[in-house]
Formats: sequence, C-alpha cells, structure tokens
Amino acid sequence: MAVPPLASDNADRVAANVIVAVTNLVKQFGRFAALRGVSAEFVSGRLYAILGDNGAGKTTFLRSLAGLAAPTRGNISMLGTSDLRAVCSQLGYMAHPSLLYDEMSGLENLRYFARLYGITDDARCAEMIRAVKLDPVLERPVGQYSQGMRQRMSLARALLNDPKILLLDEPFSNVDMRSAHEMAGLLKKIRDEGKTIFVVTHQAALLDGVADEFVWMEAGQIVKRTPTLEGR
Amino acid sequence: MSGFGITRATLAKDLRLEWRSKDAINSMLFFALLVVVIFSFSFDPTAEESRRIAGGLVWVAFLFAAVVALNQTWARELRNQVLDAYRVSPAPANALFLAKALGNFIFVSVLEALMTPLFIVFYNLRALGPAYQLLVVAVLGTWALVVNGTFFAAMSVRTRSREIMLPLLLFPITIPALLAMVEATSAILTGEFSARFWIVLLAAYDVVFTMASLFLFELVLHAE
Amino acid sequence: MKRAFPILAILTALLLSYGLYGALIVAPTERTMGEVQRIFYYHVPSAWTAFTLFFLNLAASVVYLIRRNPRADAIAFAAAEVGVVFCTVVLVTGPIWARPVWGIWWTWDLRLTLTLVLWLIYVSYLVLRRFSSSGQTPVMAAVLAVFGALDVPLVYFSIWFFRTQHPQPVVGGGGSIDPRMLHVLLINWAAFSCFAALVCWSRYRLEVLRREVEETQALESLLEAGNQR
Repeated sequence: MAVPPLASDNADRVAANVIVAVTNLVKQFGRFAALRGVSAEFVSGRLYAILGDNGAGKTTFLRSLAGLAAPTRGNISMLGTSDLRAVCSQLGYMAHPSLLYDEMSGLENLRYFARLYGITDDARCAEMIRAVKLDPVLERPVGQYSQGMRQRMSLARALLNDPKILLLDEPFSNVDMRSAHEMAGLLKKIRDEGKTIFVVTHQAALLDGVADEFVWMEAGQIVKRTPTLEGR
Repeated sequence: MSGFGITRATLAKDLRLEWRSKDAINSMLFFALLVVVIFSFSFDPTAEESRRIAGGLVWVAFLFAAVVALNQTWARELRNQVLDAYRVSPAPANALFLAKALGNFIFVSVLEALMTPLFIVFYNLRALGPAYQLLVVAVLGTWALVVNGTFFAAMSVRTRSREIMLPLLLFPITIPALLAMVEATSAILTGEFSARFWIVLLAAYDVVFTMASLFLFELVLHAE
Repeated sequence: MKRAFPILAILTALLLSYGLYGALIVAPTERTMGEVQRIFYYHVPSAWTAFTLFFLNLAASVVYLIRRNPRADAIAFAAAEVGVVFCTVVLVTGPIWARPVWGIWWTWDLRLTLTLVLWLIYVSYLVLRRFSSSGQTPVMAAVLAVFGALDVPLVYFSIWFFRTQHPQPVVGGGGSIDPRMLHVLLINWAAFSCFAALVCWSRYRLEVLRREVEETQALESLLEAGNQR
C-alpha cells in the first residue's frame, strides 16, 4: 500500500528530489514479520517524524534504512542506489543505546569514530561536540554522563561525517527537557541546511513545528502521512 | 582512510580501554596461574617423563586460558551497541578483525609469558633440542589459536549460550594446529626428532586461516 | 520430480536388501579376520557416503554465499544432518570392528581420525545452526562449512605425519581385495548412496515446507493485527 508524499507548494521540487525510496519492504524475524510491505518515497531536505505504537516496526524500518537489517524481500534505494554499503559514508545513525564507549571521554570517542570515516582532523570532533552544546575538553568518561548528555554526544558522533541523511531512533528517550529541546532545535538547524532527517520517537510533541511530515506506522506498514501533528 | 590506519586506531583504542578497566586483566592473570597449578598437581611426573608430555600440557593450558580471554573480546562492542556504529560506517570489516586479533594475540601472549616460567619451574623443564625454535612455535601457535578464536568469538557472541559456543566451534577446527604445537614442543624439549615439519604445518595453518578470516569477516560482521 | 521419489525408494529397498544378502551370505569369509570383517561392507560405504554428503554441504554453502539462494541453504542443512548420521555409523562400526580383530578399541588411524574430526566439525555446525538467531544462521553456517573444508587437508597432513612419528595399527587393512568382496562393497555403496539421497531429499523438502509455513504465519499474524484496527 503506497502512500504518496505530500504535495507541496513547489511540485517540481518534490518530484525531482526523492532521496529515499522504499518498495514493498518486508522484514521477517522467524515467525514474526516486523515490516510487511512498506512502500514510500521521501524527499530530500525534510525532517520526517516516524510515529507509532510499540511493535509497529519503526525501529526495524530505521535500521533497514541504515543498512543494519537486510530486507527479507523488497527494495530500498537511497541516494539513487540499492547498494546501501556504497553510500554509508553519507549516513548518520543514532539509537537509544549510546553507541559510545563508556570508559572513554567524549572527545576520545569521537576521535575514534571519526577515524572510521577517514577523518583525522581533531578540530572537527571538537566542533561537533560544541554544536551539541557540550564541552570538548571534558575528561569525564561517557559512562558517567547523564542520559541527556550521552544522547547529545551520540548525536555529535552521528554528525561527524557531515551526513546527507540522518537516522535517529528515539533520541529524546529518557532525556531531560532542556537537552531534548536543544536537540530538537539543532535538528531544525540541520534540516534547514538541506539535510534529510528521519526521527523515530514517542515524543511527537517535541517535533511539532519542527518536522515537515509525520509518518504514522502500524503493524509493519505506513498507514498515514500528515503535515502536522493534529492531522491525525 | 586506509584499512591499516583503522586497524591501528582500533588496536590503540582497545589497549587503552583494556588498561583502564584493569579488573579483566587481573582476573585473567590469576586464572592463568591457577590453571598451571592445577595441571601441576594433576600430572606430577619425573623429569624424563615430563619432557615428553609437557608439550601437550602447556598448550592445553594455553588453550583454556585463551578461550576465557577470547570470550571477552567482543563483549565490549556489544555494550551500548557500539558495534552498530562500526557496521554503519564505511570502515572495512577486516580492519576491525585484524585489530581484534592483534589485541587478542598480545593479550594471550602476556598470559603465556606468565604461565611458561611457572611450568618450567614446576616441571623442571629444560630443552634438549634447539630452544630458539620454541619461540617460533609459540608465536605461530598462539596466532593459530587467536586468529580462529577471534573469528569464532565474533560468530558466537550473537548466539544463545555464547560462552560455550566459542570452544564448541573452535576446538574441532583447531585440532591440526594443536597437534602441530604439541608435537613441535615435545620434539624441541626431548630433542628426539625434528620439529621442522610441524613448524611448516603451523605456518601453513596460520596463512590459510588468516586469509580466510580476513576475507570472510565482512559476512560475519554484517550478518543480522 | 515427485514421481521419482517412490521409484527411488523402491530401488533403495532393493539395493539395501541385496547388499545385506551380499554382505552376510555371498561375500567370502576373510582369511585372517573371520566373520567380523563383514562389518567392512557397512563401515566403508558409510564413510564414502558421509564424505560425499559433506562435500555436497560445502558446495551448497558456497553457492549460498555467492547467490544467497535459500534453497541452497536448505540443501546444505539437509546434507549436513544426514552426513553426521552416516559419520556416526563409521565411528561406531570402526571400534566394533577393531576390538575383536586387533584387541584395541581405538587407533589414530588416518581415515578414522579424519572421520572423527569431520564429525566434530559438523556437529558444531549443527549446534551453530540451532543456537544462532534465524536471520544470521545461513550465512554463519555457510562460513563455518568453508572453514571446515579448509581445515580438512591440514587435518589429513597432520595425522599422516603424526603416524609416521608414532606408528599405529591401520583399521580396514590395505592391500588388494578379492573381486567378489569388491562387488558386494560396491553394491552396498550404491545402496547407501540411494538411501542417503532419499533421506536428504525428504529432509530438504521438509525444510523448505517449514520455511514456507513460517513465512505464511509471519505475514498472517500481521494481517490479523492489521484487521483489528
């Protein structure tokens, strides 16, 4: 069941800039199908909030886009190609676990992950840490951070390689309100710079006014796409 | 972005992390010591006999110590799902593998360096053959254990019963290497025959499985 | 294809019966070992069949790694299971034969030891298949099969040289073989091969069906959930 993207003021722009296209995506884990035939197109330069109850398939969908879960059937096309490994340097991924080493400081963590993308420039790491309103000089190991700080540092990690597409899974979960609002503001700024962002969240209200589109998932399929939260 | 650069960075990171959480190292070292003592109580032969069986005892002891160490290798990458961050990046899988294998090699070598003097003391060992060859056997043999151990540890870490899975997968495949290590060590200690064939076999084993691991690790890392 | 199955089943039954008759009645009694030697007609064909099945497993595993064809994975699984069974027969009949003839249960005989190591590798293969989560299983198992295959020549050479250093008896005997014995041996090999093909085929079809059921169940459960909206 394909739900077409929203018509916008500039229809030409919509047609030309499809950055992610999913066709009949099925993901099966043993006897359980987490995704059952998802088909959709997503346009670049927008922030998509993906909402739905637990078990709707949101995390599986995001992980499939990130290349972490190979489709059982169907096709994913990102940045014009089905070979997700080829474009992975242009993706940024963040999940509820921090994806950071607890025993190292924030800067040490980012320095290491930057290396994986071929970035040897320390200044970039410090810059990203400052962008999420944290202190690059802080020597405290990440394991001792508050959840809000940890999620922000994880976001900094996801931004290291200046990705064209950002995939965030529950970034606001268990995070204090100030950190959450700061992250939401930062995401708005990143979107305004032309990046495409997918955010899976239970806290839709945080993205009200920030997200371009709300994508509702249920039982492994996309059931509705609305421009505002009230559009439900 | 070279594979070697990433291997070096990963190895440095692992060594740094290992150093900071010293508990793991300390308990490993103590375990290694215990293994030697238990073996010495269980097999208490005369000096002549001990030279014949020491080869087997030493390597079996190393094998058990190595398995306990190897099981820890990937555990750190699973905490906070850090492995996902690696999988999502363009970094080549075999760079990660090589870093882990080298880290394990260093770690297991440290354990062996602790256990060996104890064995020499408890068994009154003295090499009657060319002793320098023992070093060659130690390096080749340890790498044989570590290269497959690291690979299978990665495979077993995402299965149920992961602790038992590693030895289950590792031991059968390691049999020819173990035989070679034991025979070579016995040959050198007793001086009765040449260890040359066994050393060549070990080298062949190392080459085959290092290449297989580097080539196939991509599949293991990116499996679900 | 489906009609071939009963035909193969009948052929197998015939060959097995003829093979049994041949082994117990027709084949002459061995000069030195006596009647016990007749176990040879089960020991050797089982070994050949097991090795063939393991080779099939390797081929199917490689095909799977290259093409990701789920049927190849099902064949690999079936071949491994049936192979382990035949391998067990070899390992049980070996000592039973060795004990009355040479007075020892076990010897590090080249063929026997190789069979033991293969048995160990494939049992670990089956354990891996059982314990890994369903998404990863085919790839991991296929990789293990490749590693096992790479190990085999190394095992062979290591045991071969070990035996030159530490001479041991040879189970199964070398040397020439009476043509009547050879005849019975080959009949039994054909019988075992047909039997293996039969069981493997059944197992393969069972596995394919099981996967289809699983897939249908998975999609249906979601369909139900969708209908409850």
